[in-house]
Amino acid sequence: MKKNLTARSVIIVVTMLICVFGIIDFPKSGAELVNNFNKNIRLGLDLKGGSHLLLEIQVQQAVKADADQTAERLKEELRKQNISWASMDTSDVATVADADNVTLTIKGVPATQSSAFRSMVGERYPNYILTALNSTDYTMKLKPSDLLDLKSDTVKRAVDTIGNRIDQLGLAEKSVQQYGAAGSKYEVLVQLPGVDDPARARELIGTAAVLEICDVKEGPFQSREAALAQKGGILPLGTRLVKMKPRGTGEGEQWFLVGKTPVITGREMRNARAGQDEFRKWETNFNLSQDGGRRFGRFTEANIGNRLAVVLDNQIVSVATIQSKIEDSGRITGLGSEEEAVDLSRYLRSGSLPAGVQYLEERSIGPSLGADSIHQGIIAGIAGLVAVIVVMLVYYKRSGVNAVLALALNTVILLAAVSYFHAVLTLPGIAGIILTIGMAVDSNVLIFERIREELRTGKSVIAAVDTGFSKAWWTIVDTHVTTVVSCAFLFLFGEGPVKGFAVTLVIGLIANVFTAVFVSKTIFDYELSHTRQLQELSI
Amino acid sequence: MELFKNTNYDFLGKKWPFIIASLVLTVAGFASIAMQGGLRMGIDFKGGALMTAKFAYPPPLDKIRAAFAKSGKIKGDVSVQDFRDPQAKNEVEIGTELVEEKQLNLNRQAMEEVLAATFGQPGSNKLDFSNASEPALADRLRDALGRANVPMSEQQLHKLAQDILNYRDTPPRSGIITDFTQLSSVPGMNSAIINTLQQECYLAPYHVLQTQMVGPKVGAELRNKAVYATLYALGGMLVYIAFRFEWIYGLGAVIACFHDTLITIGLFSLFHEEISMTVIAALLTLVGYSMNDTIVIFDRIRENLKFSRREPLESVMNRAVNQTLSRTIMTSGLTFLTVIALFIWGGPVLHSFSFALVCGIIVGTYSSVFIASPIVLFWHNYTDKRPKTAPAGATVRRGEQATPKAPAKAAK
Repeated sequence: MKKNLTARSVIIVVTMLICVFGIIDFPKSGAELVNNFNKNIRLGLDLKGGSHLLLEIQVQQAVKADADQTAERLKEELRKQNISWASMDTSDVATVADADNVTLTIKGVPATQSSAFRSMVGERYPNYILTALNSTDYTMKLKPSDLLDLKSDTVKRAVDTIGNRIDQLGLAEKSVQQYGAAGSKYEVLVQLPGVDDPARARELIGTAAVLEICDVKEGPFQSREAALAQKGGILPLGTRLVKMKPRGTGEGEQWFLVGKTPVITGREMRNARAGQDEFRKWETNFNLSQDGGRRFGRFTEANIGNRLAVVLDNQIVSVATIQSKIEDSGRITGLGSEEEAVDLSRYLRSGSLPAGVQYLEERSIGPSLGADSIHQGIIAGIAGLVAVIVVMLVYYKRSGVNAVLALALNTVILLAAVSYFHAVLTLPGIAGIILTIGMAVDSNVLIFERIREELRTGKSVIAAVDTGFSKAWWTIVDTHVTTVVSCAFLFLFGEGPVKGFAVTLVIGLIANVFTAVFVSKTIFDYELSHTRQLQELSI
Repeated sequence: MELFKNTNYDFLGKKWPFIIASLVLTVAGFASIAMQGGLRMGIDFKGGALMTAKFAYPPPLDKIRAAFAKSGKIKGDVSVQDFRDPQAKNEVEIGTELVEEKQLNLNRQAMEEVLAATFGQPGSNKLDFSNASEPALADRLRDALGRANVPMSEQQLHKLAQDILNYRDTPPRSGIITDFTQLSSVPGMNSAIINTLQQECYLAPYHVLQTQMVGPKVGAELRNKAVYATLYALGGMLVYIAFRFEWIYGLGAVIACFHDTLITIGLFSLFHEEISMTVIAALLTLVGYSMNDTIVIFDRIRENLKFSRREPLESVMNRAVNQTLSRTIMTSGLTFLTVIALFIWGGPVLHSFSFALVCGIIVGTYSSVFIASPIVLFWHNYTDKRPKTAPAGATVRRGEQATPKAPAKAAK
């Protein structure tokens, strides 16, 4: 009786091959094998070394900045409409919780002008709620929905900006993402594998990105040396050399001589967006603040035909020619493509961090600790594995071989799953693999003990094996389900290393149901099908 | 080879000594916790800043303590201690206490500065090689190599720096080299480069392995998560078992798991071990594992009850335990072997984790026999005894149930 032996064997072999492929692809050499292995099995921060930083975006600063700006504009409006007032204040903020309480207080509006005041505010500032304290004093607060939008927008922009800045570290793998329930938490998680110098990472994140518009004196030059050579080795007073941000590959460097003091900075810019002009050429439009606008107007008026450069974090992102006086809104033209325009508008918008950050948690692990941990984990794993194999072979004789094969396949499936799911292997994850070895063997023990019992009651070998497997089945399911339930909660509530542990243990146990039952049974059946009358089973 | 063929020990008859032993252990654990004013919490739950550094020689703890006390840069207590794990040679752990986030960040930076000031060469212009990162090393070497007339492209420079640091960080050096000439086996190395290194860098006697900072917000969150995870896991299992068996079995199993957790925590206190998030992971795994054991026995009890309605529950249970004894010992033994391997060789980072597993497996195994089953036994004996002493008005239905209630429900 073949009992679909061929079909089952094929399934097992195919599974094995798929798993092995998942772990090491098709290596053509020993070195490639190691390479592929390292590529497919991703190591967590605690094994590879790296930094894990949890920041809280101080959204209250953005809300206050918005209130401050509104106050400025309101003052202008009141002046225009000849409405007098005594004082205007915005509340102070310290912690994130203060964001919800930012209030703009206007005092001393004459009662006679109150209706004009109210209608003006209602018209111009629809996203604020105006409340009267008494006949002359008022408070303004952002509407809840607008407040929520502002806060989440701030966090998104911060994530963008931080991501941009971290890019400068040139890491292959990194992650910057929003963390925690959006709307109630303003946290950003930054993970930098391989960066064990968190001071550098903090520096980059924390720097207020400097966005400046400077006037271009001369350029482009092919290199810094060429520029210096042309100027006779010394730069003129009040100038500096800045490099153009390299775009794509194959382009040479470009350096420009620009004014040291910027004409306007990012602080004065608002609302940049990409657009097309009347000739369908790409440009970036932006608005300026009052103050910035005035300054820029004076500068552009005096410099029509000259060029200006947009400098972000000490690199030029674009050079444009001044076409006319620009006062409160302007356009940067001469951009090559939509991508350039969109990029530039993104820089203008997110060039500077919209609010400060505070560090809530930081863990940096040097690569030496990671290397040590891997080393120790492997030794412990091998020791445990050898001990288990020896005991199984001694106690269950030839059937022990069966169990060891199932165990080997289990480990292979486990590693393959880690590779295919792009799960991350952490140190507790390795411990999880070691623990899986112990627990996986449990299923085999259950089955073998049952088979022994059935043999003792005098059943034939084939019947004993069959009954052993079927009786043990539900117990195996029960025991695995409880541990999986436990790990499911660990996965939900845990972070990083603990999550890694839960993942490897769960995958190991699920794989175990397959290997301990299906594979073991197939091996037994294969053995039994080869002999006519098996009087004794080596177990 | 078979160790436990057809045994017939009276496990449930001898339950009292073990129950008493459990109680004693539990009380001892609580007493220890009370006397020490709480459990030793790791940084996950306690918060604060922690720096682990490896020295080239046994770290001078007193000197380090004095340096921190004198510097005055750090607000609050600074604790300096070495590791008890034999694999953590010459390693020291420096911790500051929990303060609010801004100050905590300052403290953390101050820790690095004080170490550098005490053991490094802050005055010299040289780069601290033992704690350099790849970009810093590459930056430093770029101009220096140029001046020493060693031709090197940018790509080669970065690869060299990376290779040097890889060599430094792999065991057995693990971050500390004692002499630059040790680097001669790094690919691409030559004597000119080694000379340059000697000129530009110095070897600080310590190498920072890791730094951690957990602010009060995150600490509170992690504590909550630990508690929730444990409660939900226990709850989930109670539901599953009550679903597969009778509810009293579920309760017995959960009480046994709870007992395991309490005793393990007590042992943590008795042995001065630290509780961190990974330890919670170990505890939850233990809960799952202890459940396994208990379920195997309960399964057998249920199966046996199907065929022996007249036998008293105690003897049915005994038989079940004896029948599964072989499996229990084997499984516990094998899992214990793997966990002991972890404890001995797994390294200092996993130390508390493997300690929890080692204790837990021992406790978990005996709790299935001596705690879980007796609870079910007690309950059934109690509920079955009552009809015998009930007044005459007792219902006939109750009186009929002279045998354990289990069979009716076990046939699910």
